[in-house]
Amino acid sequence: MVTCNNISLDQKDIAIETRDLNIYYGSKHAIKNLSMQIKKLDITAFIGPSGCGKSTYLRALNRMNDLIPITKTTGKILFDGININDKNVDLATIRQKIGMVWQKPNPFNKSIYENIVFALKYYGIRQKQILDEIVEDSLRKVALWDEVKDRLHKSALALSGGQQQRLCIARAIATKPEILLLDEPTSALDPISSGKIEELLFELKQDYTIIIVTHNMQQAGRISSYTAFFLLGDLIEYDETNVIFTNPVVDKTNDYIMGRFG
Amino acid sequence: MLSIIIITVITYFIASKGLSTFFKNGINLFDFLFGTQWKPEHDTTPLFGAFPFIFGSFSVTILAVLLSTPLSVGAAIFMAEISPKWGAKFLQPVIELLIGIPSVVYGFIGLSIIVPFIRNTFGGMGFSLASGMIVLAIMILPTITSVSYDALKSLPSGLKDASYALGATRWQTIYRVLIPTALPNILTGIVLGMARAFGEALAVQMVIGNVQRLPSSILDSVSTLTSILTLEMSNTIAGTTYNNALWSMALILLLMSFVFIMIIRILGKGSKLNER
Ligand SMILES: Nc1ncnc2c1ncn2[C@@H]1O[C@H](COP(=O)(O)OP(=O)(O)O)[C@@H](O)[C@H]1O
Ligand SMILES: [Mg+2]
Repeated sequence: MVTCNNISLDQKDIAIETRDLNIYYGSKHAIKNLSMQIKKLDITAFIGPSGCGKSTYLRALNRMNDLIPITKTTGKILFDGININDKNVDLATIRQKIGMVWQKPNPFNKSIYENIVFALKYYGIRQKQILDEIVEDSLRKVALWDEVKDRLHKSALALSGGQQQRLCIARAIATKPEILLLDEPTSALDPISSGKIEELLFELKQDYTIIIVTHNMQQAGRISSYTAFFLLGDLIEYDETNVIFTNPVVDKTNDYIMGRFG
Repeated sequence: MLSIIIITVITYFIASKGLSTFFKNGINLFDFLFGTQWKPEHDTTPLFGAFPFIFGSFSVTILAVLLSTPLSVGAAIFMAEISPKWGAKFLQPVIELLIGIPSVVYGFIGLSIIVPFIRNTFGGMGFSLASGMIVLAIMILPTITSVSYDALKSLPSGLKDASYALGATRWQTIYRVLIPTALPNILTGIVLGMARAFGEALAVQMVIGNVQRLPSSILDSVSTLTSILTLEMSNTIAGTTYNNALWSMALILLLMSFVFIMIIRILGKGSKLNER
């Protein structure tokens, strides 16, 4: 398999890194020897046809694959200087620092306010004033504050799909994470809502490292600085986004970008 | 359509008989509902105080639900969240089988195991409110478990992911996300169980002793509306005050079942609002 990984970063610029990561679903080898470094405070996009392992790899980064009993993950995931692919790490801490947002908005059946403070209570934050501040701050960061400030205690389920997705992002950043993992966050939304989320991510990269899985080439091209192309569990090509889109080294990358498969 | 006609006819029939106790036979409604003396065949001053049976029905039902709910919801959580493999392959079929068992079987189990158990452990006759509570709790356990299990199973998987991804543990996820979200449907299961317990005649009658007075402890023998109805209806002559008073009890049972249906409807509306 021809592969090309041109991204080698200084240690201080790496938000998270995997070394020889292998993920299996039972006997199915879903991620193969994947080594890559993710740039801090920037946006990295994962592209590739359905079933190539983008979500599987993404979920490994905050150990969400642990929830699927048949998975086995070998290799190293280095985050903040430690290998978090280790049974002794505290999952709550990892997941607080590495947040996640899915394709389908999944707010809890609670008020907007309760959605955002949900996790904070587990970290021992109880003073109302601090919680209020975090709620406002998180909602402002996702540009939702003005739309919902008068109905913070109303059900989150009454929001539109795009608003719900922004709420889910706000909920994820309320725990002050370092990294946000986004698995096709706009593919269930209308173009206007998607556009808003894209703008938002562009803002958020000042404070957070963002990894986004997307099926939308234009989206990857517009917002990301780095792009990784996956195929059948392999990292085929990883480079700066403009290189991937204008001058890819591997033929398969080119075929995919040109829409010849997937 | 047909069912509406049937329900209307039944309601009319029971209501006309049940209400004539008060309008034709001149029994005071208050005396009927709150009187504690049931002496329908007394020669000079027959008394129709149904309170002991009303109390018996409500107390045995509520106690059974209180006993059964934690067990059932716990079982549903186990099946849906703790051991889904076991839950789906083995426990779910078993629970469904248990729902179909006729109540006489539960009554028989009560008679041969629970009544002697109560007698040997706490003394007394063993035929008691406590026995009725346990038999009914066992009987409604599969109903509540099954409805709660379905409620938990049908939650969108994204909810669970979201909770775990925020660092919640399994128990925090169950208690703070899954149960609250499934609550309207779980409550529906509880009300269904309650309705079944309240309307059950045979299994209860076999174990509660059917003594016609107010119990002073849960080890006392009691009667319920249903047990009195099944035991005495055939001994009475249509049109007598005694017979009509029994119909009045049937009317209470009917009204209660309307109440249960209404609660279930309201809960159903609540859970639809939550759907996404
Ligand atoms: N829960 C699972 N159990 C078994 N196999 C899975 C599971 N999730 C994903 N897979 C398999 O792993 C491969 C990668 O899937 P996924 O990571 O979802 O791909 P992508 O997100 O790129 O579409 C696919 O072949 C898929 O069938
Ligand atoms: Mg995917």
